[in-house]
Amino acid sequence: MHLHYLDPYQPRDSVVHALDARIKLSLAVAFILVVALMPMGAWALYALLLALSLSVIVLSELGVGPVLKRSVLALPFVLAAAPLLITGGLPTLVTLPIGGGIPISAPGAARFASIAIKSWLSLQMAIVLASATSFPQLLLAMRALRVPKLFVATFGLMWRYLFVLADETQRMLRARAARSGVSGEPGRKVGGSVIWRARVAGAMAGSLFLRAIERGDRIYLAMASRGYDGEIRSFPMPVIPRAQWVVLFAAFFVLALLLGLSLVF
Amino acid sequence: MLSKPAEMHIPDGFLSVGVSIALWIVALIFIAISLRKVNQSLGERQVPLMGVLAACIFAGQMLNFTVAGGTSGHLMGAALATILIGPWASILVMTCVVGAQALLFQDGGLLALGGNIVNMGIIGSFVSYGIFTVIKRLAGERRVGVFLSGFTAGWTSIVVAALAVALQLAASGTTTANIAVPTMGVVHMLIGIGEGLITVGALSVVYAARRDLVTGDAPAKGGNRGLVIGGVLIAVLLAVASPLASAFPDGLEWVAEQQGFLDKAQGPAFELFPDYVVPGIQNEALATIAAGLLGMLIVLGAASALAWSRRKRATPSV
Repeated sequence: MHLHYLDPYQPRDSVVHALDARIKLSLAVAFILVVALMPMGAWALYALLLALSLSVIVLSELGVGPVLKRSVLALPFVLAAAPLLITGGLPTLVTLPIGGGIPISAPGAARFASIAIKSWLSLQMAIVLASATSFPQLLLAMRALRVPKLFVATFGLMWRYLFVLADETQRMLRARAARSGVSGEPGRKVGGSVIWRARVAGAMAGSLFLRAIERGDRIYLAMASRGYDGEIRSFPMPVIPRAQWVVLFAAFFVLALLLGLSLVF
Repeated sequence: MLSKPAEMHIPDGFLSVGVSIALWIVALIFIAISLRKVNQSLGERQVPLMGVLAACIFAGQMLNFTVAGGTSGHLMGAALATILIGPWASILVMTCVVGAQALLFQDGGLLALGGNIVNMGIIGSFVSYGIFTVIKRLAGERRVGVFLSGFTAGWTSIVVAALAVALQLAASGTTTANIAVPTMGVVHMLIGIGEGLITVGALSVVYAARRDLVTGDAPAKGGNRGLVIGGVLIAVLLAVASPLASAFPDGLEWVAEQQGFLDKAQGPAFELFPDYVVPGIQNEALATIAAGLLGMLIVLGAASALAWSRRKRATPSV
């Protein structure tokens, strides 16, 4: 599989990379589930979970800085929880001096912060999973988790051709840019109306679709001529070494411990 | 990097565990059905064709056009996929796309993936299918009818999916329905215009080159009357349920509080949703929703009327 700028996988020689994909996927999902099960405002537990995810990041040798930088990118969604700041109820934490004063609720603010932190923690683990696991390994893990074979095969084929079609899209965008004027004068209107621009983009999408459908037919013919009969055949699953089982159970134990702590907190 | 229609993809941490699991169950049921349905109609061609089309929608989401003030419109693709390959295949394709976005690009969470599949894949496809089929039937197989129904399907798929997102967030206690529903609704009524226009642009190319894909019989794509009714019903239900939920947030608040009891059982007792509403906001929100809904109905009505009249004119009176 060729390397592409889209591929999030970053090859390293770390212990996290060496871990079997099935273990990595289950641990990442377990971590995210535990984070979701944490009660609101359990700051101490959040700190422990952060420590856990930071240590995984360090162990993965992906670099703490780059991972944390990526993990902030998806946070704008936190705006969706912003109404909690106002409707969270009494007591009031602080009153914003905007038009007559907007009361910021203390429980609302705590809930808002909790949601933001939980989302951030989950995101860190998801980034490590994607950056430390190559795509074929992810497919293997999906198979092990009993995802239907047909779906796994479709998913794999999508990834294979995503690079081809992404390149094609880039070429289309470049061609459009090459034929579109740009004015150095600020505020000067360039190009047609918004509707016209939308239709140009739409026409690009339409021709991308037609090319994809034709390509799909060709791929099918090529597969059929090499003996494809609709049955997906795959190698048997590799054996997970004993040391990795130990890692899996140790990690599950730690997560269960944190969950137990949240009950008594 | 990929451009992201970020407002739609729910990250982890925003849906409560109960809501996430419920949405996962719904998603899995529909994925299983669509895997079977598509396998019946495509057979061994299923894997290559669905794989390449998923890659196409994924890459197609990079296509954008500038609107104004640095914002740009782009494609989600559920409507386009549904119109061209049918609702079941579209669910499969969108599941692959949304799944890859979550698993590889952290665009949407893993626990929240079930919800994202439901919103963008299942609701998006069924709603587009219902709306497209109804309006096309009113308008006939003519060019204008196809484009009109394509635009409406694209626009509605975005708006209805956004309403679903808002309701899920409110049911999780992450936000309050009386603010989230009108905000998400109004923002996506604008974003939906972009989706509708791109869908029409794409359809015009396909209509010129491969008319059979656009006007092909619905049953061949695996649809039927029940599905049409189902799709329209989802749209209507969400359009009616969301303003109700925001006018009387108690229902969703109750759901959120039930979830809250789980929270409380586990840890510090927090007042989740005391019945405190900022004065003024409630009425303003209600007015916005009412206006939005009315607008939606007016657009739908206008589209249907236009479609119908075009068809009348096209058919010579006997």
